[in-house]
Amino acid sequence: MPEGKQLGGELTPVACHQCDLLQVLPDLPTGGKASCPRCGYTLATRPVDSIERSLALTIAALLVLVVANATPLMGLSAVGRHASTTIIGGAYQMWLEGQELTAAIVAFCAIIAPAGFLLCLLLVLLAVRRPPAPRWVGGMLRWAEYTRPWAMTEVMMLGIMVALIKIADLAKVDAGIGMFAVGVLMLLFPAILSSVDTEELWARVAWHEPGPKSGPATRRLPASNPMVGLEKTDAEKADPEGRPESTNSQTPSSRSRS
Amino acid sequence: MTTAPVTATKAGLLSCETCGLLSQPASTDESGYCPRCGGELEARRHRSIERTWALVIAAAICYIPANMLPVLGTTTLVSTEYDTIMGGVVFLFSSGSWPLALIVLIASVMVPLGKLVALSYLLITVRRGSVQRGTERTQLYRVVEFVGRWSMLDVFVDTFTVALVQLDPLMSVHPGAGVLFFAAVVVLTMIAASTFDPRLIWDASAEPAPSKENSPQQESNLG
Repeated sequence: MPEGKQLGGELTPVACHQCDLLQVLPDLPTGGKASCPRCGYTLATRPVDSIERSLALTIAALLVLVVANATPLMGLSAVGRHASTTIIGGAYQMWLEGQELTAAIVAFCAIIAPAGFLLCLLLVLLAVRRPPAPRWVGGMLRWAEYTRPWAMTEVMMLGIMVALIKIADLAKVDAGIGMFAVGVLMLLFPAILSSVDTEELWARVAWHEPGPKSGPATRRLPASNPMVGLEKTDAEKADPEGRPESTNSQTPSSRSRS
Repeated sequence: MTTAPVTATKAGLLSCETCGLLSQPASTDESGYCPRCGGELEARRHRSIERTWALVIAAAICYIPANMLPVLGTTTLVSTEYDTIMGGVVFLFSSGSWPLALIVLIASVMVPLGKLVALSYLLITVRRGSVQRGTERTQLYRVVEFVGRWSMLDVFVDTFTVALVQLDPLMSVHPGAGVLFFAAVVVLTMIAASTFDPRLIWDASAEPAPSKENSPQQESNLG
C-alpha cells in the first residue's frame, strides 16, 4: 500500500519551502491545491490520476522529442540552393564557428536537459507503480528536479520563430516537421509538470535510511499557523518551545559528511 | 498575525529541500541527511548570500560585453555587418514586426537587467534584516525564478540563424563574441536565483531572539 494513501486521513506537517513557515497540510481533495498562508507558495497539489496521466504524457513527450531532434526544424531556399537545420545541427554549427561553450549550453538546454528530465521521470513513474519503489528511484527523482529548470523547450520554440521571421526578410524560409514537434513538446511539458504529484512520488519511494516504525514524519507539530479550517493541536500548549515530541519525529541519520 | 509565526528552524526541525520531508536533526551541530531521500539537510542553503552575490556580480560584469559586443556577423559578397542585441531589436522593429521586437527587447535586455536589480535588492534587504513586505519580496523572487529562462531566447535565435544562413559565398552569418557573454549572463543569473534562499527573507521576522543555529551561514558572512 502506498504511503501516500496512508497519509490520507492524517495531517502532514510541512515547512514552506520559501518561507519556512511550519504548518499542517489538510487532506487535499483530488484536483486541490494548498498554498502557504504567509507567502503564497504552492505547497502541494493533488492532480487527478497523477501517476497514470503523467506516465502517458511522459511517454508521448519522449516520442515527440525524438521526432523534434530527428527532423529538420526549418529550411531555407535562396538562389536555387536549399539548406535546413535540426536542433543538434544548430549547436554543431555554433561549435564549428568557434563558439564551443555556447554550443554546449544550447545543446544542454535544448536536448540534454529535456531528455534527461523525461527519461528520469519515466523511470520514476514506471518504478513507483508497485510501491515501495527501490531506493535508486529517489536519485532519479532528484535528477529530474535538477534538470527541470534547464529544459527550455518553450524558449527554444519562440527562438525558432523569431529566427524564422528574421530570416524571412532575406530569403524564403519554410517550417519543418521538427518545428511542429517542438511546438507539441512545448505544450506537453507544462501538462506533465501539472500532472506530476511530487509529494506522492516521494511517498512511494523506499526510505533511504530505515526509519523508525512510527511512520512518516512528525505527526504532532505546533500548529500555530494552521491552514484554514484546521484545529490547533494541543502539542503547542503542552510544549511552549514548540518542539514536537521526539518519539514521533523522524531522526535523520547523522553519518559524517563526505 | 498576532503571535510570532513558528518556522521549522525555530521548532528545531529541518525541511528537506529535495523531497520536502520534515525531520528532526540528531544533533544541532550536524544536520545530517534526509532519512527518506538521502539528501543533505541544511537549515538554509549553504552560504546563500555570498554565493548569490558572487554570481550576481559575475553576471553583471558579463552583462556589459554581452550588450557591447556583436552577437551576429552577416557576411555578404560586399561587406560584413555586425549586430549587437540592441541592433537585432532595431532590425526587427524596422522590418515591421514590432511585437517580436518587443519580446526580444524584454527577454534579452530588460529581463537580465531586472534580474540583477531584483536579486541585489533581495540580498541587500536580507542583509539589513528587513521585516517589511516579506510576501512581496518572496513574490519578486518567484518572478525572478520564473522569467530567468526566457533570456535564453536570443541565444536560440542566434544559434538557429547561424545554422540556417550558410550560403557561402553569397551570404553567411557567424556568431559574435557577445553570444557567449550573453549566455553566461543567463546561466549565472539562473544559478544565482537557485542559490538564493527565499527563507532568509523571513528569518528577520522570526524575532524575537533568533537562536544561533537558525542561520549559521548568514551570521558568518557578516564578519
